Amino acid sequence: MSILVDKNTRVVVQGITGKEGSFHATQCKAYGTQVVAGVTPGKAGQEVEGIPVFNTVRDAVKKTEATTSLIFVPPPFAADAILEAAEAGVWLIICISEGIPVNDMVKVKRALNGRATRLIGPNCPGIITADECKIGIMPGFIHKKGRVGVISRSGTLTYEAVNQLTQLGLGETTCVGIGGDPIIGTGYIDLLHMFEQDDETEAVVMIGEIGGDAEEKAAAFIEKEMSKPVVSFIAGITAPPGRRMGHAGAIITGGKGTAADKMAALESAGVTVVKNPAEIGVAVQSVLG
Amino acid sequence: MDIHEFQAKQLFAQFGIPVPKGKEIKNARAAEKWAAALETSVYVVKAQIHAGGRGKAGGVKITKNREEVPGLTQELIGKTLVTHQTGPKGRKVRRLLIEEGAGIAKELYLSLLVDRDSGCPTFIASTEGGMDIEEVAEQTPEKVLKESIDPAVGFQAHNGRNLAFALGLPDLEPAVVKPFFQMLENLYRLFMEKNAAMLEINPLVITTDKRLVALDGKVSFDDSALYKHPDVQKFRDLHEEDPMEIEAGKHNLNYVKLDGDIGCMVNGAGLAMATMDVIKLAGSEPANFLDVGGGATKETVAAGFRILLKDKKVKGIFINIFGGIVRCERIAHGVIEAAKEVGIKLPVVVRLQGTNAEEGRKLLADSGLKVEGVADLWEAAQRIVALRKKKK
Repeated sequence: MSILVDKNTRVVVQGITGKEGSFHATQCKAYGTQVVAGVTPGKAGQEVEGIPVFNTVRDAVKKTEATTSLIFVPPPFAADAILEAAEAGVWLIICISEGIPVNDMVKVKRALNGRATRLIGPNCPGIITADECKIGIMPGFIHKKGRVGVISRSGTLTYEAVNQLTQLGLGETTCVGIGGDPIIGTGYIDLLHMFEQDDETEAVVMIGEIGGDAEEKAAAFIEKEMSKPVVSFIAGITAPPGRRMGHAGAIITGGKGTAADKMAALESAGVTVVKNPAEIGVAVQSVLG
Repeated sequence: MDIHEFQAKQLFAQFGIPVPKGKEIKNARAAEKWAAALETSVYVVKAQIHAGGRGKAGGVKITKNREEVPGLTQELIGKTLVTHQTGPKGRKVRRLLIEEGAGIAKELYLSLLVDRDSGCPTFIASTEGGMDIEEVAEQTPEKVLKESIDPAVGFQAHNGRNLAFALGLPDLEPAVVKPFFQMLENLYRLFMEKNAAMLEINPLVITTDKRLVALDGKVSFDDSALYKHPDVQKFRDLHEEDPMEIEAGKHNLNYVKLDGDIGCMVNGAGLAMATMDVIKLAGSEPANFLDVGGGATKETVAAGFRILLKDKKVKGIFINIFGGIVRCERIAHGVIEAAKEVGIKLPVVVRLQGTNAEEGRKLLADSGLKVEGVADLWEAAQRIVALRKKKK
């Protein structure tokens, strides 16, 4: 088992003829993902590494029965791309694009409210179920099927954690990058719940960072609902207040959203919090015994 | 992006939000002329810098004597203001806002921003105007009111009623209730149309002649949406930004200057923060946050390298790359190119992992440069800290 995606997931890549879109669609396909379609308006009939390109997501879904979309569309057009996928009946949308205006996402989030469609991201590395399917931009080779679920607001920091899990022979079930923007489709709590239900997942790594209070809310959920051990690292203990640290959502405002507060909340919820990002894997090893 | 108070008030006026009559002034002569034109009994001279706490730092002067306005202008222009938000170096005052004073009957607080939880634009209001809203929230949370706006339908009359009654506005001053509704609607329109990140009016005053006026104004914009608004881009004041951060921005690099002495170059914001944290754990302080991002090319990386080397406090450089979108050989090319151009005299530790990491490490090893390649993160952090201390 795994969560959200597996070897049967059929993927359409929006923005497939762009530089990043074509590179990563090819990489995903090479990993074993069923990349069944691509979309770039006006380029129907073309192929990218054997993947047929369509003008609209609607056409792609109709012809290929894609259920999941991976978005590489430039930020000014990304909100529209998400809504297009939702309208076309895609049930899982993974948006990689970074720099989507916040107000665009406010509207998208409202429009998806009440629909069956789930959005992951934006501004995220995507999802991977180890040795089954990769829907995103993460380097596939560092992943190995195993026992740990990973949820993270970051990209490369996730690879860091995954690499440690793999090196230690623990391996991963599914790794989900939820994105570094202030408004995201899916947060920690839904995914923690899915990992709690997933038979193969024995522990969860949760990687957070400064800004907002999603980690504090997750801590409350973990305390009440999680029986599986959770290991957490929060980035930004050295980040100064009032400065945006790269991610649009990573900012300490009015003394709120500090790494110290998040760590304290998680610790009091029974989460194993590591201060050194190089020790995430070892901490998981020790909680799994 | 932050803007000045006088610019915020220009925008407010453009959107029908009442503000005191005022003008941006850069010298005493212009101040004298403007004061003569301004029909008021009280003149307010306010230093324009991108930081709060100006009043306490002596950046706001009030006088009833028109003759004093040029002198006060002279006094403030060129002065360096140190407030709790400027840091110890302070900010040089280059321009003022000179405006008419208002008779204040009551001070309120009003702001609008996107609430992360609900994902909706949300008004925050309080009867405790003029104070730091975080302090109010800390001490008397019941006095901080929130009203989320459904983005599907926009501002509705009931949103206004909810806030007005909760604030007790009809009892405070019934004459300002309708103007308050109008103000909320206009603020929401400004927020959405111009892609603001935050609008804040503190204080929002009820005047002795029963008007509602935005006595102060703070507006910041969503950087990701600036491309839509050339008029807003014109508000940018480069004097208010760190020159190295401006330089980094030109190359699409995300750079934030800090106080330590280990320069960091990392791909990805989360890993960049974690790298700063690990440097501290290893016993040093990071000199900066620098994310070379997903679209890094050898040109942008070389630019990043030059920026790190420009910071004279930097005594060692730690490059930490985990390749996903960024392929490590690109980073290696950038490092080599910049190193050859600038000439590195500082200790450099490069940690490359992920896509094409081996190829990248090989390029570095074959370059003939004095850079150390380390595979493990913790080892690499300890190594750069040790090299830096040896240099001391």
